[in-house]
Amino acid sequence: MTTTPTRRTAHAAKEAPMQAPKRSAQRTIHGSPWIAAAFAAPLMIYLIAFYAYPLIRSIDLSVHDYNIRAFVQGDAEFVGLANYIDVVQSNLFPQALWNTFLFVGVSIVFQYAIGLALAVFFRHNFRLSSLLRALFLVPWLLPLIVSASTWAWMMNSDSGIINSFLGAVGLDPVNWITSPDTALLSVIIANIWLGIPFNLVILYSGLQNIPDEVYEAAALDGAGAWKTFWRITFPLLRPVSAITILLGLVYTLKVVDIVWIMTKGGPANSSLTLAVWSYREAFGTGQPAFSPASAIGNLLIVIALVFGLFYIRLQRREEH
Amino acid sequence: MRNTSTKAAVAFATAALAAGTLAGCSSDSSDPGSSGGSSDGGGAAAGGTYTWWDPYPQHEDGSDWANRVQACGDEAGVTIERTPYDTTALTNQLLLSAQEGTSPDVVLLDNPAVSTLADTGAIVSMDELGFDTSEIDENLLAAGVVDGVAYGIPIGANTLALYYNAEILEAAGVDPASVTDWDSLNAALEAIDGAGSRAITFAGIGTEEGSFQFLPWFWGAGADLTELNSPEAVEAVQLWVDWLDKGWAPQSAIQNSQNTAWEEFLDGQTGFVENGTWQVNSAAEASFETGYITLPAKDGGAAPAPTGGEFVMAPAQSDSARYEVTSQIVECMTTPEGFVETAETFAYYIPPTAAGQEQFIEAHPELEVWVDAVRAAKGRTSDNLGTDYPLISEQLWTGVQAAMSGAQSAQEAMDTAQEAAAAATGE
Repeated sequence: MTTTPTRRTAHAAKEAPMQAPKRSAQRTIHGSPWIAAAFAAPLMIYLIAFYAYPLIRSIDLSVHDYNIRAFVQGDAEFVGLANYIDVVQSNLFPQALWNTFLFVGVSIVFQYAIGLALAVFFRHNFRLSSLLRALFLVPWLLPLIVSASTWAWMMNSDSGIINSFLGAVGLDPVNWITSPDTALLSVIIANIWLGIPFNLVILYSGLQNIPDEVYEAAALDGAGAWKTFWRITFPLLRPVSAITILLGLVYTLKVVDIVWIMTKGGPANSSLTLAVWSYREAFGTGQPAFSPASAIGNLLIVIALVFGLFYIRLQRREEH
Repeated sequence: MRNTSTKAAVAFATAALAAGTLAGCSSDSSDPGSSGGSSDGGGAAAGGTYTWWDPYPQHEDGSDWANRVQACGDEAGVTIERTPYDTTALTNQLLLSAQEGTSPDVVLLDNPAVSTLADTGAIVSMDELGFDTSEIDENLLAAGVVDGVAYGIPIGANTLALYYNAEILEAAGVDPASVTDWDSLNAALEAIDGAGSRAITFAGIGTEEGSFQFLPWFWGAGADLTELNSPEAVEAVQLWVDWLDKGWAPQSAIQNSQNTAWEEFLDGQTGFVENGTWQVNSAAEASFETGYITLPAKDGGAAPAPTGGEFVMAPAQSDSARYEVTSQIVECMTTPEGFVETAETFAYYIPPTAAGQEQFIEAHPELEVWVDAVRAAKGRTSDNLGTDYPLISEQLWTGVQAAMSGAQSAQEAMDTAQEAAAAATGE
């Protein structure tokens, strides 16, 4: 919950000059509404240029029929919701939606569970624990092109290390990223690996905020490790868990890069998620179709927004 | 900063500065004179800077290619500012710059994208620039022709062939000269497989590269891009599917890009690889002896492979006075001597005119096979497909991938592909 401290400092900074000795010359400067506007202007311009405009432009793209000619000449025909209807009625839509659901759902469950397990494991400091913890951050630090390509190589059907290993223990090789049955699973595995550090870091810092006295009291009452976890750690970690899962959800919904690098959404659309579909429509073929792409993108924003609202509701209920 | 009045003054100054900077930015970008190609022109004849975009980021400043581009500028008495992009990025950049009115003066673009871009009206035709394109080989120029008007000139051409590992073929008792049709190719692959080596690899990736690699087999079977589910087309798909099913080709071929397929081949454990003329230098440097043959059609003879290579084009400018120098730059790239020079700079480009080809063969008699292959090649957007090609191609590679991965049978996959392609192009 990083917002609270920042807001506080901002507030403090605003108050500071007010407490200063008041001289009339200064007052005119301080009281001027122009100053307020000048301070707010960079932020407002930033918000408009980098948030409002792209959003409006994306909606604008999705309700017009922007083929390439119209994109260049700027005379796209207004088609209302036709792009959305086309997307939803496309026979790719149910598949992409289901893949997105699996990709996000399975990724989050495993990222969170493994991240939490590691966070609890690292709660007690031991020798080299900080070094080990740092090593777990590696997936986060590597450029995605590197980690995704490495996963693709490891999962290579013929010369990948995973199949070599399976062969060594007497199992049949699996066509990880070239079979429609396992392509989605493969990208999910890679994505889980990528998401663990994020969950670990946030949950670990959440654990630091649980006072030791609670654990001491539990120990005195004779609670074992299992009971301590379910009765103390897990409930006290709930607010942090909620924000971790929400952020993970939003991040995972819009993942394009790892899927694109590993499978391009294929073979036969078996690993196509909504985000990858949107990217492919816009940039993946020789014929950019910006309008359907932005329609899919906007649907994704709506989905993310629904989860955001759900989170806010949950938080309100917690506060009451 | 202990003094509050200083603090306030500094704060005010900072805010004002920030606002000023932002205002400065916005006024800059709205100034029509300050952007891109149409900028510091005016005196077109009397020097100036001309912008040039190409898809060769591997050729850095100071490379032979960069120097060659600059020499064309020097000849026209101007400075050329060259910016290389990755192929896909280049198409996107061109679209954006065309929308903003900041197109470069000269651009080199991969041939299947030419008709798409010409359709936007953002490209000046070669007629308008005063070029006669009748000397250019028709099959190579076709990709740049929309409704009978040429929008670009190929600066060279490349195409696909079958490279082989001579040592593996010898060990398996296969004579590369015996491979003349699909049956003899399959027999050769079986022999290599029997001798314990991987028989063949190729790029079946789900992008334009996948279609590019599949087309020689598709066309070689006698199939047509307007009917993806014809018996001939299905037969071509089945050829690839069988290679995978029999273990002659690796599973990874489904996700291989052309570079990855080439890397596999360089590993020295694969008999054949389908790859482009641009690998000819790399093949010569391989740790084993290599050779190449043309891709066989189903019933013998050379299969029409798709032409590859870039077109030189002139995007439309608001200041038409710039075209005069632009023409001189294009001219410098497209004379017979210019073609040969380009071919030598790249070491794999075949000149697109008969005159250029003759000069080229004289200097490099060993590359005559490539010249023949280029003459037999076929443009992907030809057959009057134009801007429909990318839509069809997307369905083609999707269908081929679906069949190879076993998601659908070859017939089902191509039926689906044809249905989707018809829906996409019917609009």
